[in-house]
Amino acid sequence: MRRRALKITSLIASAAFALAACSPASPEAETKTLKVVYQKTNSFTALDDMFKAAKAEFEAAHQGVTVELEPIQADDADYGTKLALALRSPSTAPDVFYEDTFKVRSDVDAGYLLKLDSHLQEWKDWDSFDDGAKAAGLGDDGGTYAVPVGTDTRAIWYNKKVLSAAGVSVPWEPRTWQDILDTARKIKANDPSVVPFNMYAGKGTGEGTVMQSFYELLYGTGSELYDADAKKWVVGSTGFTDSLAFLKTLYDEKLAVSPAEALDANVWKKVFGEWLPQGKMGATVEGSYSPSFWQKGGSYEWPGYEQDMGVAAFPTQKGQAPGGVSMSGGWTLAIGAGTKDPDLAFDFLSTALNQKNSLAFNIASSQIAVRKDVAADSGYQAANPFVKDVSELVSVTRYRPATADYPRISAAVQEATEAVITGARSPEQAAADYDTAVKGIVGEDKTVRK
Amino acid sequence: MLLLVFLAGPILWAFHASFTNAALTGRNARSPAWVGLENYARLFADPVLPLSLGLTVLFVGGSAILGQNILGLSIAVLMRRASRSVSAVVGTAVVAAWVLPEIVAAFAAYAYFSRDGTLNQLLAGLGVGQPDWLYSFPMVAIILANVWRGTAFSMLVYRAALDDVPGEVTEAAVMDGAGGWQRLAYVTLPMIRGSIATNLMLVTLQTLAVFTLIWVMTAGGPSNASTTLPVLAYQEAFKFGDIGYGTAVASVLILIGVVFGAAYIRLLRDPKP
Repeated sequence: MRRRALKITSLIASAAFALAACSPASPEAETKTLKVVYQKTNSFTALDDMFKAAKAEFEAAHQGVTVELEPIQADDADYGTKLALALRSPSTAPDVFYEDTFKVRSDVDAGYLLKLDSHLQEWKDWDSFDDGAKAAGLGDDGGTYAVPVGTDTRAIWYNKKVLSAAGVSVPWEPRTWQDILDTARKIKANDPSVVPFNMYAGKGTGEGTVMQSFYELLYGTGSELYDADAKKWVVGSTGFTDSLAFLKTLYDEKLAVSPAEALDANVWKKVFGEWLPQGKMGATVEGSYSPSFWQKGGSYEWPGYEQDMGVAAFPTQKGQAPGGVSMSGGWTLAIGAGTKDPDLAFDFLSTALNQKNSLAFNIASSQIAVRKDVAADSGYQAANPFVKDVSELVSVTRYRPATADYPRISAAVQEATEAVITGARSPEQAAADYDTAVKGIVGEDKTVRK
Repeated sequence: MLLLVFLAGPILWAFHASFTNAALTGRNARSPAWVGLENYARLFADPVLPLSLGLTVLFVGGSAILGQNILGLSIAVLMRRASRSVSAVVGTAVVAAWVLPEIVAAFAAYAYFSRDGTLNQLLAGLGVGQPDWLYSFPMVAIILANVWRGTAFSMLVYRAALDDVPGEVTEAAVMDGAGGWQRLAYVTLPMIRGSIATNLMLVTLQTLAVFTLIWVMTAGGPSNASTTLPVLAYQEAFKFGDIGYGTAVASVLILIGVVFGAAYIRLLRDPKP
């Protein structure tokens, strides 16, 4: 009996020993290391290039410090999940990481992010950042927790050839939703094989459905998703139903892609890679980063895109002020709350986002610059012919309400669009379902009817 | 002992987490609180749960118990009669699907069933209608894909079992004038009853946990039409960051596995009346 107990104890001990041997960074190690985590995909390598340049620059200036780059191969949603999992445990939390602006607040709440105020005060470059963009890194306590690397806006991207062929004069500047429908119907009448005007819908395209489609509609009705002053979620708005009804019209009249195509998570690849370049699509609502796919070295190189494509602001419902709607997101760099050496981590962050590296990254990824010195750079302004137009949309842009409940609310909106385009529910029914879902998520007392 | 720690540890952790409001981000990530049965109350009130339970049973019943099991047995029986070369070719083809990593098999199945995929090109060649399988019949597509992927396991189990059936018993049955079907029903099947129960248990548990295949092919859509319990648990825990609620779903899944397992163990033990 006793011997067996001994055996078990020794087994556990040896297992514990084996586990301990696997854990990284033994304390005796002299050289310091910084772990940097960011996103990389086959179509998005600009960030990887930026960090590689920053690593070389930083290691040359800091003898004895090694920067470990750990790119995560994943799309936005999976990257967020993997990062959150890594941040949960101090042993896997990175020192510096790439963080979505709309996750900043809830991750600050979770205690994952280091407050940067004292470091930023001593960083002279901080003054060159745009004040609006600085707000993206604010936590609920008013402190700054993340430094923006770039932002984006959404607009209508249209193929001039397709519109001209249908007798629509370019540059095209729709003023109301009706203008969009009129143009789309003309394109359809001219060539039924063309997809006239695409807007994403359904859960397949995930956050793309709301960022590049639904919110452009909703915020153009004068309604909103979240009342930031009252800190309550809006239910029962006619704007919500109207937006769904507009999507229903697009899909019912076959002015957008088929519902089956819309629900395919890979549909955006066809939009960028096939339909727009081949003149099989009139227009789509997409981000300011669109040219990064088409420019030289992009995943869907298209030599003629500068001549063939045009960009227009998404109009409000009836042309009411401010005349256009856009949505912005963007990404930041943040420092892990548990980093062993905050000064070193901040040194690396500021190296990665200095003028030179920011400029290269903003150009390569078609991002809207958040540093004023980058925005004023002639190289940035000449990077693609659409920079000016999409940058101007910042004046009418909106940001998502980035509370911890937001991902679930967003999913409820996506579900509503899906129910409508597949014909499962009418816009009124889908809006009512959404209201029920929101009340279930945040509680009835955190909703407001308006 | 170690096995117990590694197996039971995560299960106990999941049960524990399902009674808290642990989350991936936000305030609850820092200090998860004990919420008792709140997650379960919410889960049983969720209209997606009955749908998801039904789909899980349909998926396991269709692809494991009926599909993989019966097809595996049929192939094993037929291969005993087939010539050596035919059985080698069939065996290789079936096992090939099985040795593919799940993610590769999933993309292959996606390519096969997608709108412009292989299946529809074949159907076009025959001049038949080409539905959008993943959109119109998502469950059919993922059940067929899982049958394709998993049949090899059952086939191998049954080939081994059939090889163990003593030749003299079958011969005796032939002498008594039993035809092919009678031999199968009254002699072979009762003799390999143990293997049938073991195989059913293993394929059921494997299929209950299938996630990658469904996630790649349909991601649980359209409109939750293929959201089985593992897909639901993943969505809740990782897409919405609600670990507590997600683990509650996973706990229900584990319980179903236990129920199935217990049923098969009874089947194994009780001699046929």
